[in-house]
Amino acid sequence: MNRFTALLDRLAYEPRRNAKLRLMADYFAHTPDPERGWALAAMTGVLSFRYAKPGLIRGLAEERMDPTLFYLSWDYVGDLSETVALMWPAAPSSSPLAGEVARPQAGSEGGRGAELEIDATASSTPAPPTRLGLRPSPPSPPGGGEYAPGIGHNTPPPHVPTLSEVVHGLSTASKSDLPALVAGWLDVLDETARWALLKLITGELRIGVSARLAKTAVANLGDIPPDEVEHIWHGLEPPYEELFAWVERRGPRPESRDPAPFRPPMLSHPLEEEDLAKLDAAHFMAEWKWDGIRLQAVCGRRPDGRLVRRIYSRTGEDVSRAFPDLVEALEFEGALDGELLILREDRVQSFNVLQQRLNRRSVTPKLVAEYPAHLRVYDILAEGEEDLRALPLVERRRRLEGLVAQLANPRIDLSPLVPFSSWDELAAARRDPAAAGAGEDAAAIEGCMVKRADSSYVPGRPKGLWFKWKRDPHLVDAVLMYAARGSGKRSSFYSDYTFGVWRGGEEGEELVPVGKAYFGFTDEELQRLDRYVRNHTMNRFGPVREVEYGKDKGLVLEVAFEGLQRSSRHKSGVAMRFPRVHRIRWDKPPREADRIEALERILARGEAEVYPLKEQAKGAAS
Amino acid sequence: MVCCIGRLTWSPATGRAPQDRATLTGSVITAAPSADADAYIPAMALTCTDILTQTPQGLCCPIGGFHIDPVRPVERALITHGHSDHARAGHGAVLATRETLAIMAERYGEGFAGSAEAARLGEERRIGEVTVRFVPAGHVLGSAQIVIEAGGCRIVVSGDYKREPDPTCLAFELVPCDVFITEATFGLPVFRHPEARSEVQKLLESVALFPERAHLVGVYALGKAQRVMALIREAGYDRPIYLHGALERLTELYKSEGVDLGETPKATGARKSELGGAIVLAPPSATQDLWSRRLPDPVTAFASGWMRVRARARQKGVELPLVISDHADWEDLCRTIAETGAGEVWVTHGQEDALVHWCRTQGLEARPLHMLGYGDEEEGDLGASSRPEHPPDAESRDRGEADPAEDSLEGA
Repeated sequence: MNRFTALLDRLAYEPRRNAKLRLMADYFAHTPDPERGWALAAMTGVLSFRYAKPGLIRGLAEERMDPTLFYLSWDYVGDLSETVALMWPAAPSSSPLAGEVARPQAGSEGGRGAELEIDATASSTPAPPTRLGLRPSPPSPPGGGEYAPGIGHNTPPPHVPTLSEVVHGLSTASKSDLPALVAGWLDVLDETARWALLKLITGELRIGVSARLAKTAVANLGDIPPDEVEHIWHGLEPPYEELFAWVERRGPRPESRDPAPFRPPMLSHPLEEEDLAKLDAAHFMAEWKWDGIRLQAVCGRRPDGRLVRRIYSRTGEDVSRAFPDLVEALEFEGALDGELLILREDRVQSFNVLQQRLNRRSVTPKLVAEYPAHLRVYDILAEGEEDLRALPLVERRRRLEGLVAQLANPRIDLSPLVPFSSWDELAAARRDPAAAGAGEDAAAIEGCMVKRADSSYVPGRPKGLWFKWKRDPHLVDAVLMYAARGSGKRSSFYSDYTFGVWRGGEEGEELVPVGKAYFGFTDEELQRLDRYVRNHTMNRFGPVREVEYGKDKGLVLEVAFEGLQRSSRHKSGVAMRFPRVHRIRWDKPPREADRIEALERILARGEAEVYPLKEQAKGAAS
Repeated sequence: MVCCIGRLTWSPATGRAPQDRATLTGSVITAAPSADADAYIPAMALTCTDILTQTPQGLCCPIGGFHIDPVRPVERALITHGHSDHARAGHGAVLATRETLAIMAERYGEGFAGSAEAARLGEERRIGEVTVRFVPAGHVLGSAQIVIEAGGCRIVVSGDYKREPDPTCLAFELVPCDVFITEATFGLPVFRHPEARSEVQKLLESVALFPERAHLVGVYALGKAQRVMALIREAGYDRPIYLHGALERLTELYKSEGVDLGETPKATGARKSELGGAIVLAPPSATQDLWSRRLPDPVTAFASGWMRVRARARQKGVELPLVISDHADWEDLCRTIAETGAGEVWVTHGQEDALVHWCRTQGLEARPLHMLGYGDEEEGDLGASSRPEHPPDAESRDRGEADPAEDSLEGA
């Protein structure tokens, strides 16, 4: 656990990608199996434990600590694991210091009389307080010892479990044994190791390392292209001894036992209008940008001849189980790239409808019937055994059209090309997809994808090949009403802003909250907003502050959003999709902010034509 | 003993009240136009809120006719320490320790107040109806707690304080009292400061590990910078410690007060090659500034109590967090409250809620003052903005250690 902890700790503070790679490669090179394999599993997000979940940590925390202090701390730190790691009180018997200062645990202690032995002279060598059950800082080891992060950083305990032991324990312990097991580890681990352990349990390491980066580090061990590791990845299982043997040239390349592997997708860059001047329309092809979920559908035969069918998310997660109806339709060998949509009577439904299907935990026949999954494909990565990724897009498109025609399954269709001969023509299509051939499906289109006709399929986000040209967002001028602290990296900032627009109320004009935005601003703007919130606080509600607002005081935010839907959960009756701060109008008086009627108009228009198909969806569903 | 410039006079230590009551009350009314102005009642029946109240200017002692660390100009101010959110310019008369006055003069110029008088530590003086005493707070050079007594009630305004030893200032002295007014900058149980020496050791180990890289340590200009230097010297490091220009004057002041900090040349004057393997101190804002480009492949460190929280370190792009604070950590806040024996605790600024909650679980009366102005109005210096090396005024040179309300990276 110690080496793994040290690795996570350093990664967490290391901003540079290459340095992160070096740190990981160094760890893999110097850590034996199976430890390093479990570490790789942790960093690629493969580990998941049946009972060891965040709820377990919360339970332990509430048991060991004053709940009020715990929740205040959590709110402040913004990260459950870190909060508990920092606060975890010493076990009464585990500390060598505990004997000297042992007194009853604090929270439960009654009046103050007895423990208040005031001794003014004691200030230089004070007796450590134990009333909170918090362990006093131990003297640091002479010479500073190892990279000891500091206090409350306990002296290294005598018995530190290995990462393998921890993983084994978390996987096999029964639900009832688990709390005591984890608490026991927390008692013997130092603060940083506690953090690492709790991160394992929550499954979110938040150390700025993607699965891809971790795999790249493994590949770097043996000068192997990262895609090679990616290709065999889904056939491997932790602790990955075969994989390490291969990259270290001690063993054969692990067979891609999975005949339906995930291939990292090719991603696009946003297109700004000014970029167009630099691009030649003749070199590009365009498709609609569907407002769905990007998926990869892969099928291949096992040695015994059985067809294996898989659906992967964009990040390589196997999501086949969520879409049994779609899996059934995958009667081909190869790999397709496309968009998950819900189709009803050949009409593409809005993202809101799609969400109804995604948000369900169990996939019932009723759900499948009401929200039939559909795959609209736009690329082909492999056909049979043949890898097509090196071919130019225009060639792949030809192969794709052939395959889809051969499939002849209504659940899988081609994303049509948008014909254009100049950027102006494409711009017109983007403005009005319905008129440009999308017809009634226009509601589920959020712009155009613009791809170089000669582009190979390059994993990652290569420059200059694929672009997304999204519809312009809706804009509204709203008034800042409440601000809440962010989480994670923004735990100290008031970075979540609730804003409102004017409406006529019983007592005259009032602001009604219509949404919440927490991005869209630069770091510098965030600092300024944060300061604004602090200096204009009128009320505090726990982590939320109400700021000053009214006709003549307050701050106007220009909010961009993708769509509106009716909502009974919001006081205003509307809910925004993807709202973000577009501009901060330091100059604009709040009285000039928009009124709810502006949103009502967008809503009405949207219901009729573009985005929020909620009402129609409801109609269709009932 | 009596310093008289302008209209106001501080009484001598032994003294009688220098002004009659009418004058005094008058000045209170101008200074604190609040409901408390007519709360004056005879000394025998004083309660702690008669002695000390809260006004928009800050803590106010109506029967003594003064404010403590006021955030806006007042007639008479008692100042606990020199950080810019506690010690502001423009008051009529200021009473503070000699060192604090020197710091204020350094930052704001000699005319920072109508008149200024040095308070001697431990010496009692009568001001209006109260007796006042300054006692070391252990926060930064010259920092003091202010003890106010009247009618058998003793209130200690601790200002900012810490219990950990600091080679650059006098140690905190515990004063038993009835009401203890404490800060709560680090008033959450997640804040447990390690021994500063071990953190400095971490820095020196990193310096040994990367002899070709500069180590750029973000430090607040008053207190933290000098304490970190003193600790580095204590650890036996005797090479020059390079300074950002904004740290120079206060460092010189510390040296002139007898704090030995060794050789501290200006970083801007040094050649880039000279700075490989060197320790360079700069205000937090400069660590991600263009300024830092003069350093060879710097390791960015930051010495602050906030470094306990990972997100804080990452926000600032800190690679080597050093948890060194001039404020009491959670345990020391709790311990100090307990040791004063105070039955009532007021919490000025910081994480009030948690500390107030803790006090109540201990059976103590406690209330948050939600004081604005301590840090709250200060400019955040979370690093994105670039600040000139020689800013026009003291305000922007060092934003003091007061943690603004709860969260800016200031101070600590």
